[in-house]
Amino acid sequence: MALATFKGGIHPPDKKELSKDKNISPTKPPKRVVIPLVQHIGAPCKLSVNVGQVVKKGEVIGTPEGFVSAPVHSSVSGKVIAIGDFPLATGRMVTSVVIENDGREEWTSLKDNPDYMKLSPDELKAKVKDAGIVGMGGAAFPAHVKLSPPKEKPVDVVILNGAECEPYLTADYRLMIERPHDVVEGLKILMKILGVNKGFIGIENNKPDAVEAVKKAASGEPNIQVCALEVKYPQGAEKMLIKAIAGREVPPRGLPMDVGVVVQNIGTAVAIYEAARYGKPLIERVVTVTGEGVKEPKNLMVKIGTLVSDLIEECGGFKSETAKVISGGPMMGFAMYSLDVPVTKGTSGILVIPEDDVIHAEGFGPCIRCGRCIDICPMGLMPSMLSVLSEKGFYEETKDYNLFDCFECGSCTYVCPSKRPIVQFIRLAKSLVKP
Amino acid sequence: MAEAKKEHQLIVSVSPHIKSEETTSRIMWSVTASLLPATIMGAYFFGPRAIFTVAISIITAVLSEYIFQKVINKKTTVSDGSAVLTGLLLGMNLPPSVPFYIPIIGSFVAIVITKQLFGGLGFNVFNPALIGRAFLLISFPKLMTIWREPTAAFVQLDAKTTATPLGILKEEGVAKLMEVFGDKINLYTQLFVGHRAGSIGETSAIALLIGAVFLLYRGYISWHIPVSFLSTAAIIAWIFGGKGALFAGDPVVHLLSGGMLLGAFFMATDYVTCPSVKKGQILFGIGCGFLTMLIRLKGGYPEGVMFAILIMNCFSPLIDRGFKTKVFGAIKQTKEIKK
Repeated sequence: MALATFKGGIHPPDKKELSKDKNISPTKPPKRVVIPLVQHIGAPCKLSVNVGQVVKKGEVIGTPEGFVSAPVHSSVSGKVIAIGDFPLATGRMVTSVVIENDGREEWTSLKDNPDYMKLSPDELKAKVKDAGIVGMGGAAFPAHVKLSPPKEKPVDVVILNGAECEPYLTADYRLMIERPHDVVEGLKILMKILGVNKGFIGIENNKPDAVEAVKKAASGEPNIQVCALEVKYPQGAEKMLIKAIAGREVPPRGLPMDVGVVVQNIGTAVAIYEAARYGKPLIERVVTVTGEGVKEPKNLMVKIGTLVSDLIEECGGFKSETAKVISGGPMMGFAMYSLDVPVTKGTSGILVIPEDDVIHAEGFGPCIRCGRCIDICPMGLMPSMLSVLSEKGFYEETKDYNLFDCFECGSCTYVCPSKRPIVQFIRLAKSLVKP
Repeated sequence: MAEAKKEHQLIVSVSPHIKSEETTSRIMWSVTASLLPATIMGAYFFGPRAIFTVAISIITAVLSEYIFQKVINKKTTVSDGSAVLTGLLLGMNLPPSVPFYIPIIGSFVAIVITKQLFGGLGFNVFNPALIGRAFLLISFPKLMTIWREPTAAFVQLDAKTTATPLGILKEEGVAKLMEVFGDKINLYTQLFVGHRAGSIGETSAIALLIGAVFLLYRGYISWHIPVSFLSTAAIIAWIFGGKGALFAGDPVVHLLSGGMLLGAFFMATDYVTCPSVKKGQILFGIGCGFLTMLIRLKGGYPEGVMFAILIMNCFSPLIDRGFKTKVFGAIKQTKEIKK
């Protein structure tokens, strides 16, 4: 059977072998955590603690303001020692709470409720909302918002995104291998909340053992289907995944719910399961620390707010003095200018590229119109035209070439033989024109 | 938070952080390499003089680019291999016995006027090598149509001049062609091997096909232009190529003669001057095939590949506009709106 997929896409080396066989292991307890009050797309949280206040693990330190928002909880027990603006991996300064870890791991309250499936959809949704769960694949969109589709947009399909198409990253892979039942339970909860009886788990076929593990875990569930997907970047992009699995195309600038689909990430599903069953807020996540530039690549269970510098240390440090450190994967991740940046709910990996392997962006050539970017653009755009127009300052004209449909997956820039920073030209144009 | 220990230096740049190994120069050098079999066959059939002609063409192309870029204070880009490729293609498109100033003029026109004056690699409207050849053909019509008889002898002191198969076909008809080559099988074989009068690099079909297969296999060219170009030409040759009756033409002779294969696989597929969108490339190829056969059958010249490609080059931007790719999801949306 041909594997499900979409049109276009690229095949970068997946490099998963560096960390794929490393079990998820907890980090050493961090001395202090820096927890930003904005870790999601949407309104920032309102600070609900003061300096000097003692907080427990799981205690709310930021309350959501507005519907598209998610509460933020303390990931350790200890004392709030500072509140101020600290940078995120993107360089954005955000009000953050610094908590000194007392090492006692005292929880607010965790109650095991094995009968969580008996809760009503609304009760389950409230648990997801209270746990501060956001999309953990990187975009960090509050989960409960996706679970509240308006009446005119009925949802009939839930898809769990196990593609993990970014090279190097193995966090979702390890969750599927080590906790396949939690993944399936998470999907069942999602299906119950949305009143949907079609659930899919899409996994790229370079993870056959994950496909097997999840298939086995879902064997008693007639409504859940595990789909092996062709290995191709960006298979895990929401629109591409929906096309591959459900055969539906989300309209330009539309949302998955426009075609009756809700997509959640594997890590998010596990967090939803933990929230529904134990009432556990999202205060830790799996982070893959990997790359040729770090001594011991690992998959770590990391408390939100742990500094990247701590994680690098945990993995034996850098191999070379100078390196590029990326928050996320190599295709869409951000290069960090400081390692004193906290892990947030959306941090899927920390990738260290040694100096010798860094590809420098300067010295690109002219577009030779080879058409490679046009052939592979998953959105059916003409990146070559966008880059040339933007380079020459014809920003308004880029809209004729559907500028705002680009989701910046980077495939065009990857294949460009002239090494043109196409995505950057597109970002430039986006920042200068109105949609 | 205390001041961070500054023990590491971090490199910061925009995503994506990995890139494929493909480069413009690798593509140019690969295409150049794919043309070597045909060039070698040209040297074999037309002797050392053919090699000199090609060499002068390449050297002039590289020097013109280098000097021009120095003079106007631009970064020199000769190492990207595109000038070498243009020089090689021009040389391959010249008759074997032209005086040595011919490739010099041709390469200068190709590189400076056609390519650099339009902004350099990526900005030229026309295929540089073909403009170079068109300039020569119009300026030196006599010199550019003296065709030497191919001979396997290494040194030819008194090489005879003769007509190309297409020239014979145009002036005297298919019967004369059979007379010259003996029978049909022999005609096809000689055309396939390249033992016929013609431009240096265009005669050997087998050598050109070897290069073409290499390019297709490596993905440097796609099938769209060559297939649509050649099949359109073949169909027209078959229907209208015969004398007196329809469906009496010989498509094989037309495909294997003149610059058809060299043009379809190596010149029409030039990235810069052909459409970038695959569907548009099919229209481009059909146009090339149609115009080639129009000139061959009805025009004043025996050969039409060069002008056909140059004319279609003008349409490339328009074709790309017309065949603008559809945004993901757009089709479904319009359907819904209609409802």
